[in-house]
Amino acid sequence: MKTLILTTGLALALSATSAFAAGHCAADKTLTDGKITFATGNPAYYPWVMDDAPESGKGFEAAVAYAVAEEMGFAADDVVWVRSSFDEAIQPGVKNFDLNMQQYSITPERDEVVDFSSPYYAAPMAVLAGPNVIETAPTLEALKALKWGAVGTTTAVTVLTDAVQPTSDLLLYGDNADVNAAIQANQIDAALYDLPTALYLSAVVIEGSKVIGQFDASASGDGDEFGMLMEDGNPLKTCVDEALAALTESGKLGAIEAEWLQQTTGVPLVK
Amino acid sequence: MRMQTTGGKTRRQLYEDRLRRRSLLIAGGSTALVILAIFILVPMAPGWEKVQKSFFNKEVFLKTFPKLLDAFLLDVAIFAWCAPLIAILGLAVALMRDVRAPALFPLRIFGALYTDIFRGVPVVLTVYLIGFGIPGLGLPRPWNSPYIWGSLALILTYSAYVAEIFRSGITSVHQSQRAAAQSLGLAERDVMLFVVLPQAIRRVVPAQMNMLIALQKDVALLSFIGPVEIFRQAGVFKSLLANFTPYVGAAVIFLCVTIPATRYADYLMNKQNRERS
Repeated sequence: MKTLILTTGLALALSATSAFAAGHCAADKTLTDGKITFATGNPAYYPWVMDDAPESGKGFEAAVAYAVAEEMGFAADDVVWVRSSFDEAIQPGVKNFDLNMQQYSITPERDEVVDFSSPYYAAPMAVLAGPNVIETAPTLEALKALKWGAVGTTTAVTVLTDAVQPTSDLLLYGDNADVNAAIQANQIDAALYDLPTALYLSAVVIEGSKVIGQFDASASGDGDEFGMLMEDGNPLKTCVDEALAALTESGKLGAIEAEWLQQTTGVPLVK
Repeated sequence: MRMQTTGGKTRRQLYEDRLRRRSLLIAGGSTALVILAIFILVPMAPGWEKVQKSFFNKEVFLKTFPKLLDAFLLDVAIFAWCAPLIAILGLAVALMRDVRAPALFPLRIFGALYTDIFRGVPVVLTVYLIGFGIPGLGLPRPWNSPYIWGSLALILTYSAYVAEIFRSGITSVHQSQRAAAQSLGLAERDVMLFVVLPQAIRRVVPAQMNMLIALQKDVALLSFIGPVEIFRQAGVFKSLLANFTPYVGAAVIFLCVTIPATRYADYLMNKQNRERS
Protein backbone atom coordinates (compact mmCIF):
# COMPACT_ATOMS: atom_id res chain seq x y z
CA MET A 1 0.00 0.00 0.00
CA LYS A 2 2.75 2.33 0.98
CA THR A 3 4.71 1.69 -2.21
CA LEU A 4 1.61 2.37 -4.28
CA ILE A 5 1.10 5.76 -2.70
CA LEU A 6 4.76 6.46 -3.08
CA THR A 7 4.88 5.64 -6.79
CA THR A 8 1.69 7.59 -7.47
CA GLY A 9 3.18 10.55 -5.67
CA LEU A 10 6.35 10.21 -7.66
CA ALA A 11 4.47 10.01 -10.97
CA LEU A 12 2.43 13.07 -10.04
CA ALA A 13 5.56 14.96 -9.15
CA LEU A 14 7.23 14.00 -12.40
CA SER A 15 4.33 15.03 -14.59
CA ALA A 16 3.54 18.07 -12.48
CA THR A 17 5.33 20.62 -14.62
CA SER A 18 3.73 19.72 -17.93
CA ALA A 19 0.42 18.82 -16.30
CA PHE A 20 0.19 22.16 -14.63
CA ALA A 21 0.87 24.19 -17.75
CA ALA A 22 -1.44 22.16 -19.99
CA GLY A 23 -4.08 21.71 -17.25
CA HIS A 24 -4.31 25.43 -17.10
CA CYS A 25 -5.14 25.46 -20.76
CA ALA A 26 -8.08 23.06 -20.46
CA ALA A 27 -9.47 24.59 -17.25
CA ASP A 28 -13.13 25.71 -17.46
CA LYS A 29 -13.33 24.52 -21.03
CA THR A 30 -14.72 21.02 -20.50
CA LEU A 31 -18.34 20.03 -19.97
CA THR A 32 -17.76 19.11 -16.31
CA ASP A 33 -15.08 21.01 -14.49
CA GLY A 34 -12.08 18.86 -13.69
CA LYS A 35 -13.27 16.00 -15.91
CA ILE A 36 -12.95 15.37 -19.60
CA THR A 37 -15.66 13.53 -21.50
CA PHE A 38 -14.78 11.33 -24.46
CA ALA A 39 -17.35 9.71 -26.75
CA THR A 40 -16.88 6.54 -28.72
CA GLY A 41 -19.06 4.35 -30.88
CA ASN A 42 -21.77 2.07 -29.64
CA PRO A 43 -20.42 -0.54 -29.89
CA ALA A 44 -16.79 0.42 -30.40
CA TYR A 45 -14.74 -1.92 -32.52
CA TYR A 46 -11.40 -3.71 -32.59
CA PRO A 47 -8.65 -2.55 -33.07
CA TRP A 48 -9.80 0.95 -32.10
CA VAL A 49 -11.29 -0.05 -28.74
CA MET A 50 -10.73 -3.55 -27.37
CA ASP A 51 -13.73 -5.55 -26.13
CA ASP A 52 -15.99 -2.50 -26.36
CA ALA A 53 -14.49 -1.26 -23.07
CA PRO A 54 -12.76 2.10 -23.59
CA GLU A 55 -12.33 2.51 -19.79
CA SER A 56 -9.59 -0.12 -19.96
CA GLY A 57 -7.48 2.19 -22.15
CA LYS A 58 -6.93 -0.74 -24.49
CA GLY A 59 -7.23 -0.33 -28.21
CA PHE A 60 -5.74 2.44 -30.33
CA GLU A 61 -8.33 5.17 -29.80
CA ALA A 62 -8.83 4.41 -26.12
CA ALA A 63 -5.08 4.58 -25.57
CA VAL A 64 -4.80 7.85 -27.48
CA ALA A 65 -7.67 9.31 -25.44
CA TYR A 66 -5.94 8.55 -22.15
CA ALA A 67 -2.62 9.85 -23.45
CA VAL A 68 -4.20 13.12 -24.60
CA ALA A 69 -6.09 13.48 -21.30
CA GLU A 70 -2.88 12.96 -19.36
CA GLU A 71 -1.07 15.47 -21.52
CA MET A 72 -3.79 18.01 -20.77
CA GLY A 73 -3.47 17.36 -17.05
CA PHE A 74 -6.37 15.01 -16.38
CA ALA A 75 -5.82 11.91 -14.31
CA ALA A 76 -7.09 8.61 -15.70
CA ASP A 77 -9.95 8.77 -13.16
CA ASP A 78 -11.09 12.10 -14.57
CA VAL A 79 -11.76 10.62 -17.99
CA VAL A 80 -15.48 10.01 -18.53
CA TRP A 81 -16.77 7.89 -21.41
CA VAL A 82 -20.08 8.30 -23.20
CA ARG A 83 -21.40 6.68 -26.36
CA SER A 84 -22.63 8.41 -29.48
CA SER A 85 -23.71 7.26 -32.89
CA PHE A 86 -21.50 8.18 -35.80
CA ASP A 87 -24.02 10.36 -37.64
CA GLU A 88 -25.41 12.08 -34.56
CA ALA A 89 -21.97 13.40 -33.71
CA ILE A 90 -21.33 15.01 -37.10
CA GLN A 91 -24.63 16.93 -36.94
CA PRO A 92 -24.35 20.56 -35.87
CA GLY A 93 -25.50 21.47 -32.35
CA VAL A 94 -24.74 21.03 -28.66
CA LYS A 95 -22.82 17.88 -27.74
CA ASN A 96 -22.80 15.67 -24.66
CA PHE A 97 -19.05 15.09 -25.03
CA ASP A 98 -15.89 17.14 -25.15
CA LEU A 99 -14.17 14.97 -27.70
CA ASN A 100 -15.42 12.17 -29.92
CA MET A 101 -13.21 9.49 -31.40
CA GLN A 102 -14.68 7.07 -33.96
CA GLN A 103 -12.27 7.14 -36.88
CA TYR A 104 -13.68 10.42 -38.14
CA SER A 105 -11.94 11.35 -41.36
CA ILE A 106 -11.27 15.06 -41.51
CA THR A 107 -13.08 16.53 -44.50
CA PRO A 108 -13.68 20.18 -45.40
CA GLU A 109 -17.46 19.59 -45.53
CA ARG A 110 -17.58 18.17 -42.01
CA ASP A 111 -15.25 20.86 -40.78
CA GLU A 112 -17.93 23.44 -41.55
CA VAL A 113 -20.40 22.05 -38.98
CA VAL A 114 -18.09 20.64 -36.34
CA ASP A 115 -14.46 21.13 -35.31
CA PHE A 116 -11.66 18.63 -35.67
CA SER A 117 -8.43 18.36 -33.72
CA SER A 118 -5.26 17.99 -35.73
CA PRO A 119 -5.06 14.38 -36.97
CA TYR A 120 -4.07 11.71 -34.47
CA TYR A 121 -3.76 9.07 -37.15
CA ALA A 122 -3.06 8.99 -40.87
CA ALA A 123 -4.37 5.78 -42.39
CA PRO A 124 -1.45 4.10 -44.11
CA MET A 125 -1.68 2.02 -47.27
CA ALA A 126 -1.95 -1.70 -46.61
CA VAL A 127 -1.52 -4.79 -48.74
CA LEU A 128 -4.62 -6.94 -49.09
CA ALA A 129 -3.41 -10.31 -50.36
CA GLY A 130 -5.67 -12.76 -52.15
CA PRO A 131 -6.12 -16.35 -50.87
CA ASN A 132 -3.21 -17.73 -52.95
CA VAL A 133 -0.50 -15.39 -51.75
CA ILE A 134 -1.19 -14.80 -48.04
CA GLU A 135 2.21 -16.32 -47.21
CA THR A 136 4.09 -13.56 -49.03
CA ALA A 137 6.70 -11.87 -46.87
CA PRO A 138 6.11 -8.17 -46.12
CA THR A 139 9.21 -7.02 -47.98
CA LEU A 140 9.35 -4.83 -51.07
CA GLU A 141 11.36 -7.55 -52.78
CA ALA A 142 8.63 -10.16 -52.34
CA LEU A 143 5.81 -7.72 -53.11
CA LYS A 144 7.38 -6.74 -56.45
CA ALA A 145 6.71 -10.20 -57.85
CA LEU A 146 2.96 -10.08 -57.18
CA LYS A 147 0.32 -9.21 -59.75
CA TRP A 148 -1.07 -5.91 -58.45
CA GLY A 149 -4.39 -4.15 -58.66
CA ALA A 150 -5.77 -0.93 -57.19
CA VAL A 151 -8.52 1.63 -57.56
CA GLY A 152 -7.32 3.97 -60.30
CA THR A 153 -8.45 7.17 -58.63
CA THR A 154 -6.61 6.67 -55.32
CA THR A 155 -3.09 7.49 -54.19
CA ALA A 156 -2.50 3.72 -54.05
CA VAL A 157 -1.45 4.00 -57.70
CA THR A 158 1.40 6.36 -56.82
CA VAL A 159 2.59 4.14 -53.98
CA LEU A 160 2.58 1.14 -56.29
CA THR A 161 4.41 2.77 -59.20
CA ASP A 162 6.91 4.65 -57.01
CA ALA A 163 7.58 2.39 -54.03
CA VAL A 164 6.66 -1.16 -55.05
CA GLN A 165 7.45 -1.01 -58.78
CA PRO A 166 5.89 -4.39 -59.59
CA THR A 167 7.46 -6.46 -62.34
CA SER A 168 4.18 -7.17 -64.16
CA ASP A 169 1.70 -4.54 -65.37
CA LEU A 170 -0.63 -2.93 -62.87
CA LEU A 171 -4.35 -3.48 -63.35
CA LEU A 172 -6.51 -0.55 -62.32
CA TYR A 173 -10.22 -0.47 -61.57
CA GLY A 174 -13.05 1.99 -61.03
CA ASP A 175 -14.00 1.10 -57.46
CA ASN A 176 -13.44 -1.33 -54.57
CA ALA A 177 -16.06 -3.80 -55.82
CA ASP A 178 -14.24 -4.25 -59.12
CA VAL A 179 -10.89 -4.78 -57.40
CA ASN A 180 -12.49 -7.40 -55.16
CA ALA A 181 -14.02 -9.16 -58.16
CA ALA A 182 -10.57 -9.26 -59.79
CA ILE A 183 -9.03 -10.78 -56.62
CA GLN A 184 -11.78 -13.36 -56.50
CA ALA A 185 -11.29 -14.16 -60.18
CA ASN A 186 -7.58 -14.59 -59.40
CA GLN A 187 -6.70 -12.00 -62.02
CA ILE A 188 -4.65 -10.10 -59.46
CA ASP A 189 -2.77 -11.35 -56.39
CA ALA A 190 -2.97 -8.31 -54.19
CA ALA A 191 -4.47 -4.86 -53.93
CA LEU A 192 -3.46 -1.72 -52.09
CA TYR A 193 -6.01 -0.06 -49.78
CA ASP A 194 -5.89 2.17 -46.73
CA LEU A 195 -5.48 0.03 -43.63
CA PRO A 196 -9.02 0.31 -42.17
CA THR A 197 -10.58 -0.57 -45.55
CA ALA A 198 -8.14 -3.44 -46.04
CA LEU A 199 -8.91 -4.85 -42.57
CA TYR A 200 -12.64 -4.62 -43.24
CA LEU A 201 -12.43 -6.22 -46.69
CA SER A 202 -10.27 -9.10 -45.53
CA ALA A 203 -12.50 -9.78 -42.50
CA VAL A 204 -15.89 -9.42 -44.15
CA VAL A 205 -15.82 -9.33 -47.95
CA ILE A 206 -13.09 -11.48 -49.50
CA GLU A 207 -12.94 -14.97 -48.08
CA GLY A 208 -9.44 -16.30 -47.42
CA SER A 209 -7.70 -12.99 -47.96
CA LYS A 210 -5.32 -11.41 -45.47
CA VAL A 211 -3.75 -8.02 -44.81
CA ILE A 212 -0.06 -8.90 -44.99
CA GLY A 213 1.67 -5.57 -44.60
CA GLN A 214 1.29 -1.84 -44.19
CA PHE A 215 3.36 0.98 -45.55
CA ASP A 216 4.78 3.79 -43.50
CA ALA A 217 1.98 6.38 -43.30
CA SER A 218 4.32 9.17 -44.36
CA ALA A 219 4.94 7.35 -47.66
CA SER A 220 1.36 7.59 -48.89
CA GLY A 221 1.06 11.36 -48.62
CA ASP A 222 -2.49 12.62 -48.51
CA GLY A 223 -4.28 9.58 -47.13
CA ASP A 224 -7.26 9.55 -44.85
CA GLU A 225 -6.61 11.41 -41.61
CA PHE A 226 -8.58 10.81 -38.42
CA GLY A 227 -9.27 13.68 -36.07
CA MET A 228 -11.05 14.06 -32.72
CA LEU A 229 -14.43 15.61 -33.30
CA MET A 230 -15.80 18.42 -31.13
CA GLU A 231 -18.53 21.01 -31.16
CA ASP A 232 -17.99 23.83 -33.64
CA GLY A 233 -15.96 26.61 -32.04
CA ASN A 234 -15.01 24.55 -28.99
CA PRO A 235 -12.24 26.47 -27.13
CA LEU A 236 -10.71 23.14 -26.16
CA LYS A 237 -9.35 22.70 -29.69
CA THR A 238 -6.07 24.54 -29.13
CA CYS A 239 -5.37 22.51 -25.97
CA VAL A 240 -6.06 19.23 -27.76
CA ASP A 241 -3.90 20.22 -30.72
CA GLU A 242 -1.06 21.16 -28.37
CA ALA A 243 -1.39 17.87 -26.54
CA LEU A 244 -1.36 15.89 -29.80
CA ALA A 245 1.66 17.84 -31.04
CA ALA A 246 3.49 17.08 -27.78
CA LEU A 247 2.57 13.37 -28.02
CA THR A 248 3.77 13.22 -31.62
CA GLU A 249 7.02 14.91 -30.73
CA SER A 250 7.74 12.63 -27.78
CA GLY A 251 7.08 9.59 -29.96
CA LYS A 252 4.33 8.42 -27.63
CA LEU A 253 1.67 8.56 -30.33
CA GLY A 254 3.87 6.49 -32.62
CA ALA A 255 4.37 3.92 -29.85
CA ILE A 256 0.61 3.65 -29.26
CA GLU A 257 0.06 3.18 -32.99
CA ALA A 258 2.74 0.48 -33.17
CA GLU A 259 1.22 -1.31 -30.19
CA TRP A 260 -2.41 -1.33 -31.29
CA LEU A 261 -2.39 -1.06 -35.07
CA GLN A 262 0.71 -3.05 -35.99
CA GLN A 263 1.23 -5.60 -33.21
CA THR A 264 -2.40 -6.23 -32.30
CA THR A 265 -3.70 -6.42 -35.87
CA GLY A 266 -0.64 -8.45 -36.81
CA VAL A 267 -0.07 -6.28 -39.87
CA PRO A 268 3.69 -5.66 -40.02
CA LEU A 269 5.35 -2.67 -41.60
CA VAL A 270 6.57 -3.34 -45.15
CA LYS A 271 10.35 -3.14 -45.30
CA MET B 1 -18.47 31.80 -134.58
CA ARG B 2 -17.70 33.18 -131.12
CA MET B 3 -19.08 36.42 -129.85
CA GLN B 4 -18.29 38.69 -126.90
CA THR B 5 -15.65 36.50 -125.29
CA THR B 6 -13.04 37.60 -122.79
CA GLY B 7 -10.09 35.31 -122.23
CA GLY B 8 -11.93 32.52 -124.00
CA LYS B 9 -14.98 32.62 -121.66
CA THR B 10 -18.59 33.10 -122.60
CA ARG B 11 -20.79 35.58 -120.83
CA ARG B 12 -22.57 32.75 -119.12
CA GLN B 13 -19.28 31.40 -117.75
CA LEU B 14 -18.27 34.85 -116.53
CA TYR B 15 -21.59 35.18 -114.73
CA GLU B 16 -21.15 31.81 -113.09
CA ASP B 17 -17.58 32.71 -112.01
CA ARG B 18 -18.90 35.85 -110.40
CA LEU B 19 -21.58 33.89 -108.62
CA ARG B 20 -19.03 31.39 -107.36
CA ARG B 21 -16.73 34.15 -106.10
CA ARG B 22 -19.59 35.76 -104.29
CA SER B 23 -20.69 32.61 -102.48
CA LEU B 24 -17.08 31.84 -101.59
CA LEU B 25 -16.75 35.28 -100.04
CA ILE B 26 -19.95 34.86 -98.06
CA ALA B 27 -18.98 31.39 -96.86
CA GLY B 28 -15.51 32.61 -95.87
CA GLY B 29 -16.93 35.66 -94.12
CA SER B 30 -19.48 33.73 -92.06
CA THR B 31 -16.89 31.10 -91.06
CA ALA B 32 -14.46 33.82 -90.00
CA LEU B 33 -17.22 35.48 -87.98
CA VAL B 34 -18.03 32.26 -86.12
CA ILE B 35 -14.35 31.56 -85.40
CA LEU B 36 -13.86 35.13 -84.22
CA ALA B 37 -16.87 34.80 -81.94
CA ILE B 38 -15.47 31.61 -80.42
CA PHE B 39 -11.94 32.91 -79.95
CA ILE B 40 -12.90 36.35 -78.70
CA LEU B 41 -16.19 35.89 -76.87
CA VAL B 42 -15.45 32.63 -75.02
CA PRO B 43 -12.27 33.91 -73.35
CA MET B 44 -14.29 36.97 -72.28
CA ALA B 45 -16.56 34.77 -70.15
CA PRO B 46 -15.87 35.28 -66.44
CA GLY B 47 -15.04 31.63 -65.73
CA TRP B 48 -12.80 31.12 -68.73
CA GLU B 49 -9.52 31.24 -66.84
CA LYS B 50 -10.62 28.52 -64.44
CA VAL B 51 -11.93 26.36 -67.26
CA GLN B 52 -8.77 26.86 -69.24
CA LYS B 53 -6.67 25.93 -66.24
CA SER B 54 -8.49 22.68 -65.57
CA PHE B 55 -9.24 21.56 -69.15
CA PHE B 56 -6.63 23.15 -71.40
CA ASN B 57 -3.58 23.30 -69.19
CA LYS B 58 -0.50 23.30 -71.40
CA GLU B 59 1.90 22.12 -68.69
CA VAL B 60 -0.29 19.18 -67.71
CA PHE B 61 -0.85 18.35 -71.36
CA LEU B 62 2.84 18.18 -72.20
CA LYS B 63 3.58 16.22 -69.04
CA THR B 64 0.93 13.55 -69.58
CA PHE B 65 0.77 13.27 -73.36
CA PRO B 66 3.73 10.88 -73.88
CA LYS B 67 2.35 8.43 -71.31
CA LEU B 68 -1.10 8.67 -72.87
CA LEU B 69 0.40 7.80 -76.25
CA ASP B 70 2.05 4.76 -74.64
CA ALA B 71 -1.27 3.68 -73.17
CA PHE B 72 -2.93 4.21 -76.54
CA LEU B 73 -0.71 1.48 -78.00
CA LEU B 74 -2.65 -0.97 -75.82
CA ASP B 75 -5.89 0.27 -77.37
CA VAL B 76 -4.43 -0.23 -80.81
CA ALA B 77 -3.30 -3.75 -79.93
CA ILE B 78 -6.70 -4.76 -78.54
CA PHE B 79 -8.34 -3.25 -81.60
CA ALA B 80 -5.97 -5.07 -83.93
CA TRP B 81 -6.72 -8.52 -82.59
CA CYS B 82 -10.44 -7.92 -82.10
CA ALA B 83 -11.30 -6.49 -85.54
CA PRO B 84 -10.48 -9.56 -87.71
CA LEU B 85 -12.20 -11.91 -85.25
CA ILE B 86 -15.28 -9.69 -85.24
CA ALA B 87 -15.37 -9.75 -89.05
CA ILE B 88 -15.11 -13.53 -89.16
CA LEU B 89 -17.65 -14.22 -86.40
CA GLY B 90 -20.00 -11.54 -87.76
CA LEU B 91 -19.95 -13.06 -91.22
CA ALA B 92 -20.49 -16.55 -89.79
CA VAL B 93 -23.55 -15.39 -87.83
CA ALA B 94 -24.90 -13.56 -90.90
CA LEU B 95 -24.54 -16.73 -92.97
CA MET B 96 -26.20 -18.71 -90.19
CA ARG B 97 -29.23 -16.47 -90.43
CA ASP B 98 -29.38 -17.00 -94.17
CA VAL B 99 -29.31 -20.82 -94.33
CA ARG B 100 -32.28 -22.09 -96.26
CA ALA B 101 -32.16 -25.84 -95.69
CA PRO B 102 -35.07 -26.84 -93.41
CA ALA B 103 -32.86 -29.21 -91.41
CA LEU B 104 -30.60 -26.30 -90.44
CA PHE B 105 -33.45 -24.23 -89.01
CA PRO B 106 -31.94 -24.39 -85.46
CA LEU B 107 -28.94 -22.48 -86.83
CA ARG B 108 -31.24 -19.68 -87.97
CA ILE B 109 -32.86 -19.51 -84.56
CA PHE B 110 -29.46 -19.45 -82.90
CA GLY B 111 -28.27 -16.65 -85.19
CA ALA B 112 -31.37 -14.57 -84.46
CA LEU B 113 -31.11 -15.14 -80.70
CA TYR B 114 -27.42 -14.28 -80.75
CA THR B 115 -27.92 -10.93 -82.48
CA ASP B 116 -30.93 -10.09 -80.32
CA ILE B 117 -29.12 -10.76 -77.06
CA PHE B 118 -25.76 -9.19 -77.77
CA ARG B 119 -27.21 -6.11 -79.44
CA GLY B 120 -29.66 -5.64 -76.59
CA VAL B 121 -27.31 -5.99 -73.62
CA PRO B 122 -25.16 -2.95 -72.73
CA VAL B 123 -21.52 -3.51 -73.72
CA VAL B 124 -20.36 -2.68 -70.19
CA LEU B 125 -22.43 -5.48 -68.73
CA THR B 126 -21.06 -7.96 -71.25
CA VAL B 127 -17.53 -6.82 -70.45
CA TYR B 128 -18.09 -7.26 -66.70
CA LEU B 129 -19.96 -10.52 -67.03
CA ILE B 130 -17.44 -12.20 -69.29
CA GLY B 131 -14.37 -10.36 -67.99
CA PHE B 132 -14.94 -11.23 -64.32
CA GLY B 133 -17.50 -14.02 -64.56
CA ILE B 134 -15.72 -16.61 -66.68
CA PRO B 135 -12.30 -16.23 -64.98
CA GLY B 136 -14.18 -16.43 -61.66
CA LEU B 137 -15.12 -20.00 -62.51
CA GLY B 138 -11.58 -20.97 -61.55
CA LEU B 139 -9.45 -20.80 -64.69
CA PRO B 140 -5.68 -20.98 -64.10
CA ARG B 141 -3.36 -18.19 -65.17
CA PRO B 142 -2.74 -16.95 -67.81
CA TRP B 143 -6.09 -18.17 -69.16
CA ASN B 144 -8.05 -15.93 -66.79
CA SER B 145 -6.45 -12.77 -68.17
CA PRO B 146 -8.81 -9.80 -68.45
CA TYR B 147 -7.29 -9.11 -71.87
CA ILE B 148 -8.57 -12.41 -73.26
CA TRP B 149 -12.05 -12.32 -71.77
CA GLY B 150 -12.54 -8.59 -72.14
CA SER B 151 -11.65 -8.89 -75.81
CA LEU B 152 -14.07 -11.79 -76.16
CA ALA B 153 -16.83 -9.58 -74.73
CA LEU B 154 -16.10 -6.92 -77.33
CA ILE B 155 -15.94 -9.52 -80.09
CA LEU B 156 -19.29 -11.04 -79.13
CA THR B 157 -21.05 -7.68 -78.92
CA TYR B 158 -19.60 -6.19 -82.05
CA SER B 159 -20.00 -9.29 -84.19
CA ALA B 160 -23.73 -9.14 -83.45
CA TYR B 161 -23.92 -5.66 -85.00
CA VAL B 162 -21.55 -6.56 -87.82
CA ALA B 163 -23.58 -9.70 -88.58
CA GLU B 164 -26.72 -7.63 -89.06
CA ILE B 165 -24.89 -5.31 -91.46
CA PHE B 166 -23.56 -8.27 -93.44
CA ARG B 167 -27.05 -9.73 -93.51
CA SER B 168 -28.49 -6.50 -94.89
CA GLY B 169 -25.84 -6.70 -97.61
CA ILE B 170 -26.71 -10.31 -98.39
CA THR B 171 -30.43 -9.64 -98.64
CA SER B 172 -29.78 -6.61 -100.85
CA VAL B 173 -28.49 -8.92 -103.60
CA HIS B 174 -31.56 -9.60 -105.68
CA GLN B 175 -33.12 -13.04 -105.58
CA SER B 176 -32.98 -13.22 -109.40
CA GLN B 177 -29.18 -13.39 -109.22
CA ARG B 178 -29.30 -16.50 -107.07
CA ALA B 179 -31.80 -18.02 -109.45
CA ALA B 180 -29.64 -17.16 -112.44
CA ALA B 181 -26.53 -18.62 -110.81
CA GLN B 182 -28.39 -21.79 -109.89
CA SER B 183 -29.68 -22.14 -113.43
CA LEU B 184 -26.06 -22.00 -114.58
CA GLY B 185 -25.46 -25.08 -112.45
CA LEU B 186 -23.73 -23.52 -109.41
CA ALA B 187 -24.22 -25.32 -106.12
CA GLU B 188 -25.91 -23.48 -103.26
CA ARG B 189 -22.54 -22.99 -101.56
CA ASP B 190 -20.91 -21.61 -104.68
CA VAL B 191 -23.80 -19.25 -105.31
CA MET B 192 -23.17 -17.69 -101.91
CA LEU B 193 -19.39 -17.73 -102.25
CA PHE B 194 -18.98 -16.45 -105.81
CA VAL B 195 -22.15 -14.49 -106.55
CA VAL B 196 -23.81 -13.13 -103.43
CA LEU B 197 -20.98 -12.49 -100.95
CA PRO B 198 -18.66 -10.51 -103.22
CA GLN B 199 -21.45 -8.03 -103.98
CA ALA B 200 -22.85 -8.04 -100.45
CA ILE B 201 -19.54 -7.33 -98.77
CA ARG B 202 -18.67 -4.56 -101.19
CA ARG B 203 -21.99 -2.87 -100.53
CA VAL B 204 -21.61 -2.81 -96.75
CA VAL B 205 -17.98 -1.69 -96.54
CA PRO B 206 -18.85 1.94 -95.67
CA ALA B 207 -21.28 0.82 -92.96
CA GLN B 208 -18.66 -1.53 -91.54
CA MET B 209 -16.15 1.33 -91.46
CA ASN B 210 -18.47 3.06 -89.03
CA MET B 211 -18.44 -0.04 -86.83
CA LEU B 212 -14.65 0.01 -86.84
CA ILE B 213 -14.66 3.60 -85.65
CA ALA B 214 -17.14 2.76 -82.90
CA LEU B 215 -15.04 -0.24 -81.87
CA GLN B 216 -11.95 1.94 -81.67
CA LYS B 217 -13.67 4.00 -79.00
CA ASP B 218 -15.31 1.10 -77.17
CA VAL B 219 -11.96 -0.61 -76.66
CA ALA B 220 -11.69 1.82 -73.74
CA LEU B 221 -14.45 -0.16 -71.99
CA LEU B 222 -11.88 -2.84 -71.23
CA SER B 223 -10.43 -0.49 -68.64
CA PHE B 224 -13.39 -1.42 -66.41
CA ILE B 225 -11.84 -4.82 -65.77
CA GLY B 226 -8.25 -3.77 -65.25
CA PRO B 227 -6.16 -3.03 -68.34
CA VAL B 228 -4.61 0.41 -68.08
CA GLU B 229 -5.39 1.75 -71.53
CA ILE B 230 -5.55 5.40 -72.49
CA PHE B 231 -8.90 6.16 -70.82
CA ARG B 232 -7.82 4.70 -67.45
CA GLN B 233 -4.39 6.31 -67.69
CA ALA B 234 -6.06 9.68 -68.28
CA GLY B 235 -8.32 9.00 -65.26
CA VAL B 236 -5.30 8.25 -63.08
CA PHE B 237 -3.68 11.51 -64.14
CA LYS B 238 -6.95 13.32 -63.52
CA SER B 239 -7.10 12.18 -59.88
CA LEU B 240 -3.40 12.69 -59.39
CA LEU B 241 -3.23 16.21 -60.79
CA ALA B 242 -6.87 17.21 -60.10
CA ASN B 243 -7.03 18.39 -63.70
CA PHE B 244 -9.11 17.30 -66.69
CA THR B 245 -6.53 18.12 -69.35
CA PRO B 246 -5.38 14.46 -69.66
CA TYR B 247 -8.86 13.60 -70.95
CA VAL B 248 -8.48 16.31 -73.57
CA GLY B 249 -5.13 14.78 -74.49
CA ALA B 250 -6.80 11.37 -74.84
CA ALA B 251 -9.53 12.93 -76.99
CA VAL B 252 -6.91 14.50 -79.27
CA ILE B 253 -5.27 11.11 -79.79
CA PHE B 254 -8.62 9.48 -80.51
CA LEU B 255 -9.57 12.23 -82.96
CA CYS B 256 -6.28 11.81 -84.81
CA VAL B 257 -7.41 8.27 -85.60
CA THR B 258 -11.17 8.60 -85.95
CA ILE B 259 -11.32 11.72 -88.13
CA PRO B 260 -9.26 10.28 -91.00
CA ALA B 261 -11.17 7.00 -90.64
CA THR B 262 -14.52 8.80 -90.82
CA ARG B 263 -13.43 10.83 -93.84
CA TYR B 264 -12.29 7.62 -95.53
CA ALA B 265 -15.67 6.01 -94.83
CA ASP B 266 -17.40 9.08 -96.32
CA TYR B 267 -15.18 8.85 -99.37
CA LEU B 268 -16.04 5.18 -99.86
CA MET B 269 -19.72 5.90 -99.43
CA ASN B 270 -19.66 8.72 -102.00
CA LYS B 271 -17.69 6.64 -104.43
CA GLN B 272 -20.23 3.86 -104.13
CA ASN B 273 -23.13 6.24 -104.60
CA ARG B 274 -21.53 7.63 -107.76
CA GLU B 275 -20.98 4.14 -109.13
CA ARG B 276 -24.57 3.17 -108.49
CA SER B 277 -26.17 6.23 -110.02
